[in-house]
Amino acid sequence: MSLRGAAAVVGVAELAPKRHTGDETILELLSGVAVDAVSDAGFAMADVDGLIVHPIGGLPGFVPATVAEFLGLQPTFAEVVDLGGATGAGMVWRAAAAIQAGQCNTCLCLTGTRRRRRPAHSPSTDQPEKRTPRSIRPSNDRSPQAEFDYPYGMIGANVGYAMLATRYTHEYGLTDKQRAKVAVDQRTNANANPKAIFHDQPLTIDDVLNSEIIAEPLHMLEIVMPAAGAAALVVTKADRVADADQPPAWLLGAGESVTHSSFAQAPALDATGVGIAARNAMQQAGVTPGDIGLASLYDCYTIMVLLTLEEAGFCKRGEAGSFVESHDLTYRGDFPLNTHGGQLSFGQAGMAGGMSHVTEAVRQIQGRAGDRQIAGLELAYAHGNGGIIAEQAGLVFGSAV
Amino acid sequence: MSTRLIPPRTESTQPYWDAAARGELVVQQCGACNFHVFPPRANCPACGSSELSWKPVTGQGTIYTYTVAHRAPHPVLAEQCPFTLAVVELEEGPRLMTNIIGCNPEDVEVGMRVQVAYEDIDDSDVVLPVFKPA
Repeated sequence: MSLRGAAAVVGVAELAPKRHTGDETILELLSGVAVDAVSDAGFAMADVDGLIVHPIGGLPGFVPATVAEFLGLQPTFAEVVDLGGATGAGMVWRAAAAIQAGQCNTCLCLTGTRRRRRPAHSPSTDQPEKRTPRSIRPSNDRSPQAEFDYPYGMIGANVGYAMLATRYTHEYGLTDKQRAKVAVDQRTNANANPKAIFHDQPLTIDDVLNSEIIAEPLHMLEIVMPAAGAAALVVTKADRVADADQPPAWLLGAGESVTHSSFAQAPALDATGVGIAARNAMQQAGVTPGDIGLASLYDCYTIMVLLTLEEAGFCKRGEAGSFVESHDLTYRGDFPLNTHGGQLSFGQAGMAGGMSHVTEAVRQIQGRAGDRQIAGLELAYAHGNGGIIAEQAGLVFGSAV
Repeated sequence: MSTRLIPPRTESTQPYWDAAARGELVVQQCGACNFHVFPPRANCPACGSSELSWKPVTGQGTIYTYTVAHRAPHPVLAEQCPFTLAVVELEEGPRLMTNIIGCNPEDVEVGMRVQVAYEDIDDSDVVLPVFKPA
């Protein structure tokens, strides 16, 4: 049983990531991209009978039902995907699987987050200094990490990926400059993408290396910047593809892996879930890494791109550093990588950040990537990564089945 | 003594914290397959057995990886920055998240031998196992 050719992405909508959202609610934000993606496909909302969403802050539960009602949908397939940065990619193959199983014909995959500007500090409202809360929020967090990781400062992702970088460097050798090259080439791509949050700002290796060290060895400009935004994809059944206004991005293969939750329990660098998901996706698609014309790889941090390059088989183990040095990773280069700018330069709007690797793969396959279009692209690989290399999902897209 | 987030303990993990309070590091061991289990579970992750009991370990290990945090990952850690966060692999096998104390951050290395130590947490009776150079 394979997903190959069961379904294709035919509609895409994505907001340009912004530092902050306005007054719109998350439901309003998602509603906007949902309608735009369906309209992009040339379908009607009434054609949508599948809905995949993710957990949403402020909606304590019943998320698919809440979103469906807001959109006026009554889906025959509804689900929540909770795989961190792998959520977007995880949604797409679930949509195809539900379609293949006959549970729906056209499925909307919705991601997004809002981000409010923090109220400016007002010295006139002189309040007594508040005690810093001693428990993590949410205060009902009873995960093993809250008990065994947080007290040590293993909170958020920066320190986790920094430890990943330290281990990688110990095992294989990697220079600051090699990591910086990833951020710089991706910025060149963002400079050709009007929707990228850093579209107008060039970046040099020295800029990266001179930026503040947040957690050794990672610099500020190797770390993704949180943003607000949303993205939606329309996945439809093979026999409905011809009805769409847009060319199809066929899903040819998918792989997924969940290996741990705490970074302390992560598998060895040569046995990560990244490799499992990527190999399974490419095997299902019947392709090898050498066949892929666009690598759209989750890049919360520069180190994650390097690890994914070798775990997915684009270069030999331990050679990711020299690989990025010896290849032009831009849209006009010999190894196009994250042509939208990656999350590092496009922006990370919550789960829409991970989805941006999927939307870019789809747009490139459809031939709709504008100035950064890769000529004659036939195969693209999109990879999502959640937690600290904990959750993985890989997708192979093709212009034909 | 340091200011930290206080670990939310449960009835089943309390033996770990009780041991730390008396200066002992314990992890679960599986009665069926002898696997050392950390963090604590209800069933052995290697064989599924529920015969897990708390056993003292040597407290010796090596640094698997580390980082020196220059920006506090949480406001309560602000006064400790820069601090060394590490994953330590115990001689018995399990890996733990921890801090390396008792040496300059620049002297910390992957593969370095370390030994358990104990640190009190402010405003709490919790004693936290940490590690120092062996």
